[in-house]
Amino acid sequence: MIGVELVKLARRPRTWATIGLLCLLPTVVAVFLATTRISPPPGQGAAFLSAVLQSGSLYPAAALALVLPIFLPVAVAVVAGDAVAGESSQGTLRYLLVRPVRRTALLVAKLVAIVVFVVGAVLAVAGTSYVVGVSLFGAGDPVAVVRALPEVTGDDGGVAGTAPAGGQQSASGPSGEQVGGSDASSSGGVQQPGADTGDTTAVDPEAARERAESSVSSLSGEALSPADLAARLLGAMGYIVVSMLGVAAIALFLSTVTASSLGATLGALAALITSQVLVSLDAAASVTPYLPTRYWLAWIDFFRDPIFLRDITAGLWLQAGYVVVLMLAAWANFTTKDVTS
Amino acid sequence: MSDRERKRSGGHADGGSRPRGDRLVIETRGLTKRYGAQLAVDDVDLHVAEGARYGFLGPNGSGKTTMVRMLLGLVYATRGEISVLGRPVPSRVAEVLPEIGAMVEGPAAYPHLSGRANLALLDASGPRRGREGRRRDRVEDVLARVGLGAVDRRPVRTYSLGMRQRLGLAGALLDRPRLLVLDEPTNGLDPHGIREVRDLLIELNATGTTVFLSSHLLAEVEALCTDVGVVDRGRLVLEDALDAVRGPTGRLVVRTPDPDAAARLLGRAVAERHGETLVVDAAPGGPPALARHLVEHGVPLEGLAEQRRSLEDVVVAMTGPGSDTARTSSGGRR
Repeated sequence: MIGVELVKLARRPRTWATIGLLCLLPTVVAVFLATTRISPPPGQGAAFLSAVLQSGSLYPAAALALVLPIFLPVAVAVVAGDAVAGESSQGTLRYLLVRPVRRTALLVAKLVAIVVFVVGAVLAVAGTSYVVGVSLFGAGDPVAVVRALPEVTGDDGGVAGTAPAGGQQSASGPSGEQVGGSDASSSGGVQQPGADTGDTTAVDPEAARERAESSVSSLSGEALSPADLAARLLGAMGYIVVSMLGVAAIALFLSTVTASSLGATLGALAALITSQVLVSLDAAASVTPYLPTRYWLAWIDFFRDPIFLRDITAGLWLQAGYVVVLMLAAWANFTTKDVTS
Repeated sequence: MSDRERKRSGGHADGGSRPRGDRLVIETRGLTKRYGAQLAVDDVDLHVAEGARYGFLGPNGSGKTTMVRMLLGLVYATRGEISVLGRPVPSRVAEVLPEIGAMVEGPAAYPHLSGRANLALLDASGPRRGREGRRRDRVEDVLARVGLGAVDRRPVRTYSLGMRQRLGLAGALLDRPRLLVLDEPTNGLDPHGIREVRDLLIELNATGTTVFLSSHLLAEVEALCTDVGVVDRGRLVLEDALDAVRGPTGRLVVRTPDPDAAARLLGRAVAERHGETLVVDAAPGGPPALARHLVEHGVPLEGLAEQRRSLEDVVVAMTGPGSDTARTSSGGRR
């Protein structure tokens, strides 16, 4: 059944249109950056974006940061929300079930197909943005990005301030502060947007080049070999895939509840928006650690030296919890439900 | 007359004398489905014998589709038992479904794929996976059977309703099923297509496939089926062999150019009179005696036959109007 679901996914034009759109956004951004050579000031815009002018090989990370907050979750919610509800409203669900396909097997196959879609989408974004980045910004150029990247606070690896700012990711600031406040008491953690940031915008490539001779450097300033960078990028991609599974589980559960794919998709997006709002709300601090989007930005921690694992681990557990609980709920609902469509 | 009395008098649903002594492929006992306050199916005892062509008749909204869905394990019964091909449903429905071909409430397919691709996906979803070559053969075979053998690669989106209906039927035939459960299979077909489907079902039935067909079209059931069950407001009000349902009424139909003379001669035996046709209560001796009686008294006779009930008469007498007529229940009840 898993094979059948993958064939259905692959033969659906929407799948490819969605992936195409996901790849298009970073490409458009890259073209603008390359033609104007105006990079966003560090700390503004998506993470890594200010650094890509110096090194195109960082562009996959920047591209993922661009699609992560909205595009990717929307795409996942569309595919997962349609998974059961779409078959139901189309009428094909009843014909699958009388083949027979066991309801549990169908649900598992749908989940696997969604995971494959997410992996494919993330790989496609990373792949195209690597090609685009290298061809527009150059890759071989050994570049120092340490000062062009968002400022790093303290060597305790606190996330504070490193998360991208800007409206679309407003959740990250306060969450960073929370971490900084609870953890990085010695450094006081938070953003220091003073003169330091100011002069990084005007960073002189020559000076930057002097700072790190041989390669791209991590957020914490250490030089990264290309292999190390690739490994960290893969880790970040894997983490982003896992981050999307919570969205997928919410949408898939709703998809077994309603016969309207649109309803399931919008429901999942509503849950995400609520989560984003609450994450940025200090008054909701008591529930913040359990919100699905709380650790979405922890993938940036893969680019620290050493890799800062605490939030990554917490994020993995949190997503696993969402997937297990919601898939059990979906299973319980779907296997006992009257199929009347 | 209550529903239950009517059901008793209407046939031998409770008497147990089936037209065929074979074993039952579908049997339900006290099957009930309640959606909230509404009883969709109410205490139905259904008996479908192996090898039968069973027509499940009822007005729109009378619970036919809910019944079909329960038989296939799509909808769970509130109360009662179902046995299909000798196994309890829904607990062991996965064992019987591979032997059932079904069409429920109209065909459905992935609109962006061709008919062939849809059937191939359906075939691959099933429990029996064959090699690619065999799958192609199976798909071509059922397409040819339903008259879509020459269909091209156009997506199902562009199909007419009749083509979709044929495609749905092809899907139901994929596994050479022992039992076909078809809900309104001739919807959207032109008269030519209806006849083709009917011939196909009779042919399949002749090779041993039991056909269970739900319909609101009396003519379709009358032309195709050997047995008939009539459902009204969720209750089974009649279940019998079609021949028994259309049995003689105990009256004779007399056609004569001189109806006045015949009426004078027969007096109170005449029950109805329509122009040159008289409906007469049968006297001892049957049609030969009546014919002799009329001719001996100089009444010319054009025709004389036993009056048989039409399925329509029976069904209309036993059922109320469909739930799509928004009348009050007292006014709508006949």
